[in-house]
Amino acid sequence: MPRLFRVLGFGLRVHFTMLSRSPFDLWVVVASPLIFATLAHFLFGGGGPQMLVAAIASGVMGIWSSTTASGAGALQAQRRLGVLELLVASPMPFWSVLLPISIAISAIGVYSLAIGLLYVRLFFGVPIEIHDWPAFVAAVPATIAAIGALGFLFASALVRFRSASMVGNVFEWPVWMVCGLLIPVSVLPGWLQPVSRLFAPTWGMSALRGATLGSGHPWADIGMCAVLAAAYLIAGALCLRFFLHAARARATLALT
Amino acid sequence: MRSLRLLTVGGYISYRALFGWLNPFMYTLTLLIPSVTQLAFFVYLGRAAGVAGDGYYVAGNALLAAATPSLFGMSQAIAGERYTQTLALLVVSPASRVAVFLGRALPGTVNGFVVSVWTFAVATLLFGIAVPWSAVAPLALTIAATSFSCVGLGLFNAALGLRWRETGVLGNLFLYVLLMFAGVNVPLARLPGWLSTFAQGLPVTHGANAARQLVAGAPFGHVAAQIAAEAVVGACYAVVGLAALRVFEVEARRGATLEVA
Repeated sequence: MPRLFRVLGFGLRVHFTMLSRSPFDLWVVVASPLIFATLAHFLFGGGGPQMLVAAIASGVMGIWSSTTASGAGALQAQRRLGVLELLVASPMPFWSVLLPISIAISAIGVYSLAIGLLYVRLFFGVPIEIHDWPAFVAAVPATIAAIGALGFLFASALVRFRSASMVGNVFEWPVWMVCGLLIPVSVLPGWLQPVSRLFAPTWGMSALRGATLGSGHPWADIGMCAVLAAAYLIAGALCLRFFLHAARARATLALT
Repeated sequence: MRSLRLLTVGGYISYRALFGWLNPFMYTLTLLIPSVTQLAFFVYLGRAAGVAGDGYYVAGNALLAAATPSLFGMSQAIAGERYTQTLALLVVSPASRVAVFLGRALPGTVNGFVVSVWTFAVATLLFGIAVPWSAVAPLALTIAATSFSCVGLGLFNAALGLRWRETGVLGNLFLYVLLMFAGVNVPLARLPGWLSTFAQGLPVTHGANAARQLVAGAPFGHVAAQIAAEAVVGACYAVVGLAALRVFEVEARRGATLEVA
């Protein structure tokens, strides 16, 4: 068990550090809050709490953006580096190698949140007034971990797909749209509204919004993040087991 | 004649090479689906903000859809050569650079046109936007002019690829500038005066404006100047792009940084 935790912790640290030095990955998480907070400013106008929530929403969009841009293709990156077979053949379970990569990809989204808040504070003079700091501080890692777990599920389901990152990109705009980030869910067509409940960003954003404004039930939303993260992890582990077995049986791990 | 052959055959082969890996399925995944979902996002964002009607966002974002293949396709003209280690061979060849890169711009323009038409068609069906039959031909011309102007900006982006390796970041940067300031999602009247003026020099601004007026029933004569302005903006970017390609090529050869940049 200590070895497993060491692999998880070390993997998270190494990949977080590597991603923090990648110009493309940093651009993905930095650009989202700047763009969408600016759009929110021009479209919704005003300042105060509404703009603060828009900044947080654009930060969550950055976390999701990072997940779709790199998370789905996490295995493809290992394949390109020529280490996928070595990692699969290592004595540690493969999920313990992939999970830290997926979480690290989402975790660099913390820059997105920080930049979003800093941006609206410095350029639009929005005061950073959080109603419930403990809930907010708990909601940030819960959101990142839940979105990271969703990235793990994507990466696992797309392990045999050479262009996994392209498939991941397809989900970027739809999830931004349905998860109540900048667009209230009530604006969406009725049939689309329940879909938002399947995605972790919905609950993460709800927790962050509730903690910021003092509305809703942020702790319950954090709990939903945890439940969804567990569901994603189980589904991801099952997918990984099935697809890896198929790839090894047919000797197509490097070729798919 | 040699340059013409290079422009047409070279451009065609380059485009075919792009599809060596970008098969129709990938084309759908990377261009056709995201262009529609991006448009839908902004239609609903527009509804939430209550700034303009659905038609405003449909016309603007359908035109903007031409920018993605143009910006990234053109940057691949440099990044792809570098990746396959043929950039140095291209640079030492006696071929006309203008023919080589304009040859790559032609399929890029057609590609942008196709994606934009697709996005426009799907969005009008999804959001119930009625387009008068009389507006179809002028709209096609507007989309063609906008695709050309986006490719002009793409040529400039490709030139920057000789100087900076991160062409994906540069392409995204240009795309986001268009998204925010080209009057696609934020009406120019809501931007500060200096940004509104800046927008007049961006691709898509005039094309989106013309497309909206055509959808609203304006005759071709009413928007001809806007379409011409869009084409002029594109020509300016293409000239600047070709000049920048030349300057950066000379600089890279002098500093032996072609593969390093």
